[in-house]
Amino acid sequence: MHRANITLGIGGALLLVWIVTALGAPWLAPYSPVGIDFSALAQPPSWAHWFGTDNYGRDVLSRVMYGGRQVLLVAPAATLLGLTLGAAIGLATTYFGHWVDEAIMRVLDAVMALPIVVLALLALTVLGPSTLNVILVIGLVFSPLIARTVRAQALVETRREYVAAARLRGESALYVMAVEILPNVRGPLIVEGTIRVGYAVFTAATLGFLGLGVQPPTPDWGLMVSEGQAQLTVAPWVVLFPALAIVFVVVAVSLVADGLRERLQG
Amino acid sequence: MLRYLARRLLLLGLTLFVASALVFALTNALPGNVGRIILGPFAPDHAVAVLNHQLGLDRPLTDRYVHWLGGVLSGEWGRSLTYETPVLPLVLDRLGRSLLLAAFSLALLLPLAIGAGIYAALHEGNWLDRLFSVGGLAFGAIPEFVTGVFLILLFGITLHWLPIQALPPDHATLLQWLAHLLMPALALVLTLFSYLFRMARSGMLDALDADYTRTATLKGLPGRTVILRHVLRNALLPTITVAGAQIGWMVGGLVVVETLFRYPGIGSLTYSAATHKDLPLLVGCTLTITFVFACANFLADLLYAALNPRARQAIAGS
Repeated sequence: MHRANITLGIGGALLLVWIVTALGAPWLAPYSPVGIDFSALAQPPSWAHWFGTDNYGRDVLSRVMYGGRQVLLVAPAATLLGLTLGAAIGLATTYFGHWVDEAIMRVLDAVMALPIVVLALLALTVLGPSTLNVILVIGLVFSPLIARTVRAQALVETRREYVAAARLRGESALYVMAVEILPNVRGPLIVEGTIRVGYAVFTAATLGFLGLGVQPPTPDWGLMVSEGQAQLTVAPWVVLFPALAIVFVVVAVSLVADGLRERLQG
Repeated sequence: MLRYLARRLLLLGLTLFVASALVFALTNALPGNVGRIILGPFAPDHAVAVLNHQLGLDRPLTDRYVHWLGGVLSGEWGRSLTYETPVLPLVLDRLGRSLLLAAFSLALLLPLAIGAGIYAALHEGNWLDRLFSVGGLAFGAIPEFVTGVFLILLFGITLHWLPIQALPPDHATLLQWLAHLLMPALALVLTLFSYLFRMARSGMLDALDADYTRTATLKGLPGRTVILRHVLRNALLPTITVAGAQIGWMVGGLVVVETLFRYPGIGSLTYSAATHKDLPLLVGCTLTITFVFACANFLADLLYAALNPRARQAIAGS
């Protein structure tokens, strides 16, 4: 219990740093994230530019701060979408049972047996790259996994007396699923959600790196790494700092996920 | 075994069907207009309509799917718009190189992760166990391109130990090939290490704790024999299936790692098809990757069932 709180505390503090710098970027960032300065091209880190500048003379620190907003929006929103969809599918499939359950689960098995990044790549190429589409795609891709977790829990709950009682009372299917069963599978759902946020950060950063998220010149960590790659040998700081920022957030999220899991599962 | 094989084959068939339907739906049924995507935003509407008609896009969706699937199965994969060559040979050529990289990565990953897992279980709680657990978890959560960038910065640029591009020059020796492939493979291995390591470790711990192990120890078998004959065999079974599933992650990772290290495999081909909006090529790449991935899962499951009669019965009976 004690260790879980420490993990949670450190993770939470790191998350807070990210959230504050990302949301407060307009006030905290020393320069404009897209301001081009031809007198300071590809400068190494200095007092004027703590993280250096890129090949357009843009301040890397400011771009890293603004770049955090992208992931901050995408990861929770995509996870929330995945959780909602997944919970709905998982509950419905257990509630209706029999061949509905069998059919849906086999299709979900098949969907889960597909490579996520490749599917997302195809979907985003057709839909066009945008923040909204990235959220939709990650949320959709995550939902089968969450549906499976919810289903495993809900299968146990459906056999309990309170569900039979609610059915006998003549409650509607929607009521039994949302009001009776859902609150009882909340714990695993929250744990699954925090773990998924980590994967959402992973996937969002990767899609950004592949150029399928926001478009230049808007800063995004993954995009900054792929753009800075060409100057890796002469200006490694352009790539180093956004890469470190991704590690920072990933570590923060997994600490929070670990702490929450230990607390909820005792 | 036969019954299991039949069930598993059915699932493989379903997976491939769902995959093909999904790929088809994504490229055909979405609001995105294929003619518009190919011709660009400034093309006149009637040109888009004519192209859509030529491509047969104005017929009913199910007709088009059946027609399309027939084409895919008979090897008519269309022509790549950017490379201006037939898609199928191009994809197969690149697939070979990717399989080489994937095989090399697996050859590093399996002994490393399983060895570390066995070691960690036998020395539960010591500092190496904790290092593997915590370090593995951290790397497992970091995207491959970030790990790859750190590897490049450290071994390629600072230390000059390894080349930063994955494709060796023509007529390279085997050693040169391996040196070029080492960093991309490491980026994949570091991401996948944790899951496999934890499976091997917890499998070992369970087996060490099991009654049959106690019996073997109590009947006076030497520790080494107990571990080799009783513990390892039972402990590593679940790890095999997981290794199969890891190939799927590796495929996703290949897109990123091949792009980062400029390695001309199917992953970087997929990426280039996506950035150039080369739909025939992108569809070809996606189908191929999915096919290879599904088959790898299938083989891993078969191997697991062949090694473990209990799992075979459970799955066939369910």
